[in-house]
Amino acid sequence: MIRPALAILRKDLRLELRTRESVPAMALFSVTVFVLFHFGLHRDEVAGAMASGVLWVTLLLAAVLGVNRLFAGEREGRALDGILLAPIDRTAVYLAKASGLFLYLVLLELIAVPAFAILLLGPGIGGAFPELIPILLLADVGLAGVGALVSGLAAESRARDVVVPLLLLPLLVPLLIAAARATEPLLTSHAGPHQLAKWLGFIGVYDTVFLLLAVAVFDYLLED
Amino acid sequence: MTSRPLYGKGLRALSIATALVLTAATALIFFYAPLDADQGVIQKIFYVHVPMAIVALCGFVAGGLMAIQHLRTGDRAWDMRSYVAIHLSIVFGVGVLITGSIWAKRSWGHWWVWDEPVLVSFLIVFLLYCCYQPLRFAISDPERQGRYAAVFAIAAGAFVPINFVAVRMAVQQVHPRVLSETGGHLPGDMRLTFLVALAGVALLFATLWKLELTSKNASDQLRRLRARLEATPPGEAPAEAPPAPVGVS
Repeated sequence: MIRPALAILRKDLRLELRTRESVPAMALFSVTVFVLFHFGLHRDEVAGAMASGVLWVTLLLAAVLGVNRLFAGEREGRALDGILLAPIDRTAVYLAKASGLFLYLVLLELIAVPAFAILLLGPGIGGAFPELIPILLLADVGLAGVGALVSGLAAESRARDVVVPLLLLPLLVPLLIAAARATEPLLTSHAGPHQLAKWLGFIGVYDTVFLLLAVAVFDYLLED
Repeated sequence: MTSRPLYGKGLRALSIATALVLTAATALIFFYAPLDADQGVIQKIFYVHVPMAIVALCGFVAGGLMAIQHLRTGDRAWDMRSYVAIHLSIVFGVGVLITGSIWAKRSWGHWWVWDEPVLVSFLIVFLLYCCYQPLRFAISDPERQGRYAAVFAIAAGAFVPINFVAVRMAVQQVHPRVLSETGGHLPGDMRLTFLVALAGVALLFATLWKLELTSKNASDQLRRLRARLEATPPGEAPAEAPPAPVGVS
């Protein structure tokens, strides 16, 4: 199961390297949303809960773009049938798509978090490290797991671009709550008490539940 | 002729039971349950709001369980059951949000309060399930429609408890906990009224569920009979109605 998954992942990454359709679009989109927040909130600097909310909502919205494009290669080239004809476990497709999305999200954050620190953040991003890294990574696992499932769900539907955000964003609300709450004290200049362990634990539970669930049901999406 | 009965068996008995229990619940609410000391008469909305919320959430989760059954057996009857359960729960969910808003307006002075985990969680769950129908009917192949809807129903059914935990962790408690571990702090006569109201609403849900399934099965059967009529003698049957796509309400 691992080798076919790696093969599909390699194919997706090569495709992304050559076409550059997902990650640059996500990064550009996140910077645009920061600019929108600057004007929408009428603020030059944000801190604390506001900063954490702006950052996470932007990342979630940018993730929607990636999720929308996740099966685009297969769809446009009608390549899914080929993958389904190959004698491999269907779960490999899910694992490949989820890890691809995970890598896209990490790349996105490498651009979006510094951009956020420069454009909007008041207190300076230095104080947020290293705690911010496990939060981002754990949240990315959940985002990627749920995102790949939703992408598979919407792949066959006619109203795909409507279904993805409508389905994905409510599913991510628990993740948003935990990630934003965990990040909030890190973006304040005089940080209060942390509850980092509690929120990280919750994100871990969320990731586990949805990954197991997605692995269990994803096969049925590709069954023909 | 066909394996599925045209009319729901036991539907009449179920309807009568529902009517009786709902009447009893109404009587209890207005003549037996005491007036709440600080909230007054508006507190009576509690006997509608909370049972509806509990039934709607159970309906969502039950829809997920029926969807598991559909994926395991491949039987389209389970898909229909799951679909009708979720569809009815959405309808009940609208009722929950409206009654909850009315109650919030009277007792806290606002139509919507964000620091109340149960209402907020319910809104998120409701928003998620509102996508069920668009997702379902954007897929044209009926067999695939059932499978995709089932995957959604299972994921969303698992989401319901996680979401409640998350929102509860995030918000301070102001909502009256009705069914807490200790059994709540309801006095005995309020408790009895509440339980009867809960039974009434649950029965109402079951009746509506069965009714809709019956009507769907009947129209399904009618469509099959009509198709057969059109197929047998060419030019004889006045075929007028085009066959509706499967599963469209």
